[in-house]
Amino acid sequence: MVYRPEAVNTRRGTADATVPSVARVRRRWREGPHTWTLELEPEDGELPQFAAGQFNMLTAFGIGEAAISVSGDPGSKGTLVHTVRAVGPVSTALATLQSGDYVGLRGPFGTGWPMQEAQQRDVVIVSGGLGLAPLRPAIYHLLAERQRYGRVAVLYGSRSPGDILFRRELQRWRGELDMDVKVTVDHAPDDWRGNVGVVTSFIPRTTFDPANSVALVCGPELMMAFTVSALQDAGVRDEAIYISMERNMKCAVGLCGHCQFGTTLVCRDGPVLPFDRVRDMLTIPEI
Amino acid sequence: MDDTDQIVLSVDGLQVLIDVLTADGYRVIGPTVREKAIVYDDVASVADLPRGWTDEQDGGRYRLVRRDDSALFGFAVGASSWKQFLHRPVVKLWRARRSKNSWQVVPEVPPVERLAFIGVRACELEAIKLQDQVLLEGEHPDSHYQARRDNVFVVAVNCAVAGGTCFCVSMSTGPKAESGYDLALTEISDGEEGTVFVAEAGSGRGRSLLAKLPHRPASAADRQSAKAVSERTAASMGREMRSDDLHELLHRNLDHPHWDAVAQRCLTCGNCTMVCPTCFCTTVEDASDLTGKEASRTRRWDSCFTIDFSYLHGGSVRTSGGARYRQWLTHKLATWFDQFGTSGCVGCGRCITWCPVGIDITAEVEAIRDSEAD
Repeated sequence: MVYRPEAVNTRRGTADATVPSVARVRRRWREGPHTWTLELEPEDGELPQFAAGQFNMLTAFGIGEAAISVSGDPGSKGTLVHTVRAVGPVSTALATLQSGDYVGLRGPFGTGWPMQEAQQRDVVIVSGGLGLAPLRPAIYHLLAERQRYGRVAVLYGSRSPGDILFRRELQRWRGELDMDVKVTVDHAPDDWRGNVGVVTSFIPRTTFDPANSVALVCGPELMMAFTVSALQDAGVRDEAIYISMERNMKCAVGLCGHCQFGTTLVCRDGPVLPFDRVRDMLTIPEI
Repeated sequence: MDDTDQIVLSVDGLQVLIDVLTADGYRVIGPTVREKAIVYDDVASVADLPRGWTDEQDGGRYRLVRRDDSALFGFAVGASSWKQFLHRPVVKLWRARRSKNSWQVVPEVPPVERLAFIGVRACELEAIKLQDQVLLEGEHPDSHYQARRDNVFVVAVNCAVAGGTCFCVSMSTGPKAESGYDLALTEISDGEEGTVFVAEAGSGRGRSLLAKLPHRPASAADRQSAKAVSERTAASMGREMRSDDLHELLHRNLDHPHWDAVAQRCLTCGNCTMVCPTCFCTTVEDASDLTGKEASRTRRWDSCFTIDFSYLHGGSVRTSGGARYRQWLTHKLATWFDQFGTSGCVGCGRCITWCPVGIDITAEVEAIRDSEAD
């Protein structure tokens, strides 16, 4: 049984992949509770190009390194945008960097969303919480190349109205006349007039051709498992469903073993994986 | 390699081998006795080798005992493996210094050291090949491993005894070295000429080195004796494990209750991962000086048995001992195939011997297989 990688869209790091280059924080803004977006510019030279769905390793010097997906527009040159939620010492150090501060940068690593394969097909984007961040580059790409794709739906679930990520972008995308944007929250205060409930409940209520569509899914694992079932119920084939997995990452180049998810090394084979590669593992606890 | 290339070395010839390698600039490393165990360490002479010692091994048990002959390599393997010399336990990756208004990152250049390994077992050769595959054959080779690996001279010694926890025959990795060495020796202890070694070269540099050593050509009887040593060892394996169905068997049983049964005994100490010659996982630690002007990153061996290993924003993926044992065992025997195309286990038995509670990989697999038959 020989492993054959079926990389979707890979552009990977430089030759000496363990050594970071240096980038400067150009701007930083708050997205929501404990969540900040950093716009990076190169200290010298050029920033690497990335594919929607890939991630970088960001170093807070002297503190540590974390895998952060690129959340910006793949079409915009000269800067790299990452959205970081402060949960541990490293992500807190990264999220609290100020404009003018420096970070170490390695990447981009991993597979991207199958934007090529999705052409001429309907695209259903289902995301939960911070899972919208690695999907935002795909949405930017769909908007920039709108003519190449069929229907586009963005379904987003957040914990509460205050946790909604990229609120301005969601409002702007909803204003597009050829895009279906639906937002829901798990719990809401009395003044919320929007949808309350799980994001999967949108799937039967969204118009797309299940036989000719691609689904891009990112969120907590349980949310992804339920989303996949709902997509399957709607008639989407397993091969047309892509999920973005998250695991602890240290090296990002397949050498350290940390990001194993059963048969895959998430940094090398993912983070974007076709669902049929992980079908048997997604619902087993603690894999 | 043609049989006619086999030669016979005396113990003095082995000493010349050590001397020639040392003169060629190699740091010669081989088995020695230290703290009542076989430990790989610097070897200056044949007197440093474990003459007359053997090892008794079983689940959670290791004892050195005296042999009734003067064999130099009359044991199986100890806790230490060649991994510590190739895939170093601690490696500084880079240092960074804060200048006026930026950071300067300086990669650590791996030091060049020529290593000669004496006494590499067949299973260990296979383990080195597996680490080569993981660390060198991917898209981003590990430059530190590469620098050390490129400068190694390998002298294999075919096992003359099987340890109580050995199962290389089941994994098709021994007991006779087939490839991956510069020289391979088979020890024939205490014959008419005293202890001798039937030697053959496995590389060009091995051949040219052999020519420098005092020797005589191997007779048909010598070759027959060497063959008999490997056959005898193969016939006396301490353990066995059916290996043809492991990938499917384990993938079918990821939610088997036996994982939790093992967890009742497993201390999640990680000993098995430290002694395993193929376990390659590492973590990194960043540090800074008190002024915050210097930062550095150090890579260390890590173990999938630690809670931290799978830590992901606020919690670990694998918190239960059962899940961590399952991760380790299924990686060795099943998902290694998916990730790298081969098995990750070479049947050396170290994980069984050095498990403080004697958990036996072969028995745990068998328990799962048996439960399917019920």
